[in-house]
Amino acid sequence: MAEAQNIPVGSATAGSIAVAAESTVATRMSAPPSFDVGDFPVPHGREEEWRFTPLERLRGLHDGTATATGEGVKVDVQAPEGVTVETVGRDDARLGKAGTPVDRVAAQAYSSFEKASVVTVPKEAVLTEPIRIAVHGEGGVAYGHQVIELGAFAEAVVVIDHTGDAVLAANVDCILGDGAKLTVVSIQDWDDKAVHVGQHNALIGRDATFKSFVVTFGGDLVRLHPRVAYTGTGGEAELFGLYFTDAGQHQEHRLLVDHNVPHCKSNVVYKGALQGDDAHAVWIGDVLIEAQAEGTDTYEMNRNLVLTDGARVDSVPNLEIETGEIVGAGHASATGRFDDEQLFYLMARGIPEQEARRLVVLGFFAELVQQIGVADLQERLIAKIEEELEAAVA
Amino acid sequence: MATLEIRDLHVTVEADNATKEILKGVDLTVKQGETHAIMGPNGSGKSTLAYALAGHPKYTVSSGTVTLDGEDVLEMSVDERARAGLFLAMQYPVEVPGVSVSNFLRTSATAIRGEAPKLRHWVKEVKETMERLNMDPAFAERNVNEGFSGGEKKRHEILQLELLKPKIAVLDETDSGLDVDALRVVSEGVNRVRENGQVGTLLITHYTRILRYIKPDQVHVFADGRIAESGGPELADKLENEGYEAYVKGGASA
Repeated sequence: MAEAQNIPVGSATAGSIAVAAESTVATRMSAPPSFDVGDFPVPHGREEEWRFTPLERLRGLHDGTATATGEGVKVDVQAPEGVTVETVGRDDARLGKAGTPVDRVAAQAYSSFEKASVVTVPKEAVLTEPIRIAVHGEGGVAYGHQVIELGAFAEAVVVIDHTGDAVLAANVDCILGDGAKLTVVSIQDWDDKAVHVGQHNALIGRDATFKSFVVTFGGDLVRLHPRVAYTGTGGEAELFGLYFTDAGQHQEHRLLVDHNVPHCKSNVVYKGALQGDDAHAVWIGDVLIEAQAEGTDTYEMNRNLVLTDGARVDSVPNLEIETGEIVGAGHASATGRFDDEQLFYLMARGIPEQEARRLVVLGFFAELVQQIGVADLQERLIAKIEEELEAAVA
Repeated sequence: MATLEIRDLHVTVEADNATKEILKGVDLTVKQGETHAIMGPNGSGKSTLAYALAGHPKYTVSSGTVTLDGEDVLEMSVDERARAGLFLAMQYPVEVPGVSVSNFLRTSATAIRGEAPKLRHWVKEVKETMERLNMDPAFAERNVNEGFSGGEKKRHEILQLELLKPKIAVLDETDSGLDVDALRVVSEGVNRVRENGQVGTLLITHYTRILRYIKPDQVHVFADGRIAESGGPELADKLENEGYEAYVKGGASA
C-alpha cells in the first residue's frame, strides 16, 4: 500500500526561475501597458496572457462588443466616520495612479466607465470598523473603477463584496501612504452566470503594509490581475487568495509583484479547491525583482486540492531576478488530490465520508481564512465552503 | 463479550488487469481479552487480512464471512466498521494535510463515542495519553502524519488505539521500522489497552521481537493466504529459531 503523496491531477504545473537581463514578465505581454483600449489588439486566444482563458465566455468584454447597459451593477459604499466617499467623473486626477492596464479588458474598463468611486482615509486615521463596498450585479453589462487611498499612517480594512449576476470589467486602485496599513478583501460570490474581469493595482508607500485577500467562489468566468508595486523602501505586501472552483467554472488569478524598490517584502499564498467536470483554475504568479531592488525578500506559493475527477489546474509560478543582492526569493506550487487513501484513513477512524471531506477542505483553507480578521466574513466564508461541499454531494 | 469471527475468508485484488487471490480461506476467532499474533513471511497475505477487515476498497471479498458479535462486518462501510468497534493500526499511516492531530482525534472520538467528549476531560485525556507515549504536546497541532518520522506515525496510531478503545484491535506491523526504545513505548501503550481486558488484539508481525513486550495467547503462522499452523506462545520461539522456511517451501508461490 503506497503512502499518499501529492500528484498532479490533469494539471500543467510549470515553474521557472529566470535570471534575465531584460524583463520577460513585461515582454511576454502582447502590448505595453496602456489606458487606451485601442492600444491593445483584440486577443485571439493564443497570446501568452490569454491562452488559458475561454474568450468566447467573456461575453464581448475583450472585443468591444459588450456595451454597458446602464443597470449593470449597483455599488453601495458603507464607511465609518472620517472616511470620504466620492463619486467622480473620468477627469479626476486621482484615477489611474496605482497602475496602468496590462490587457485589453482592463483597458476597456478604464476606457468605458462613466463614474468612478473614490474612498479616502485621511492620514493617521485608524479605523476600527471595515469599509464595506457592495457591488451587486443587476444582470447587465458594466464597467467600473474604484480607488482606495490611505494617507500616511492610516489603517483600514476594506471589503469589496461582489454578488448577483453581471458582466463586469472593473479595476481597483489602492494607494498606500507612508506607514499606512491596508487590508482589502475582494469576494467574488457571484451567481453562476456572472463574468468578472479586473485589474487590482496596489502602490505601497514607504514602510506601508498591504494585505490582500482575493476570495473567488462564484461566476461562470472570473479573471483577476492583482498587482503590486512599491514607492518607498520598507514596504510589505501579503497577497492571499482562496478559490473554490466548481463544475464548468473558470477562475483565473494572475499576480504580479514588482519589486522595483530596495528592501521590500512580499508573500503570496493562493489556495484553491476544485470539484466537478471542467472546473478550471488558473494561477499565474509573477514576481519580478528589478536590478535596483536589493534586499528584497519574497516568497510565493500556490496549492490546489482536487476533490474529484474532471477538474483542471494550471499553476505557473515565475520568478525573475535581476540582482543577486537579496534576502530571499522562492516559490512553490503543488496540486494534490484528496485521494482514496486519505478518505480510507479518516473513515477507518469512524468519520463518515462527508465529514471526512469537510475536515480536509476546511483544514486546507483554515490558515488563510483565520488571517482575514473580520469575524462575520470568516464565518460567512466557512459557511460558503461548507455549502460548496454539500453541493458536490447533491 | 465481543467476538470477531472470520470464516473461510477469500480476498482478491486487481493487479495488472488480472484478479489475484491473496487470501485463500482464513478461519480465525478473536475474543475480547485475547491476543493473537499472526506471523508470516512477506507476501503471505497478513496485511491483506488487516485491510480487508477494515474495508479498504482495494480488496474484494470473494467469499467467506466476518462477523463482530454476530453482525455482518462485510456489509458495513469503512466508518461503520470503526464505529462498531474495529480498529486498524496501519503499517503505513496516511498523511492528511491541513487537518491537525487534535482536530482529527476529537472528530474521530466524537464519531466513535456517538457524542462529542466533554472538552475539559478530553484535553486532559489526550494530554495524559500523549505523555505516556513520550509525545511532545506540540504534536497535537501538527497535521495528521505530515512529516512524521516512522516512530511518530506508530505512536500516533497507538494514541488513537488508547483513545478510541475498540473491541477488536488489528495492529498491522506496528513494530516495523521502530528502534528498541520506540518499540517499548509503543508496546506499553498496547499493553495498557489490553490490561483492561476489553479489547481483542490481532497482532500482525514479521518479527518475533515485539512478542517479548506483548505476550500473545495464541500464535498463528500465515503462509500463502491462510493460517498454516496455530499454537501457543512456544510457536513463536520455534519461528525465532527456524524462520519461515518450512512454511514457504511447502507449496507457497514465493
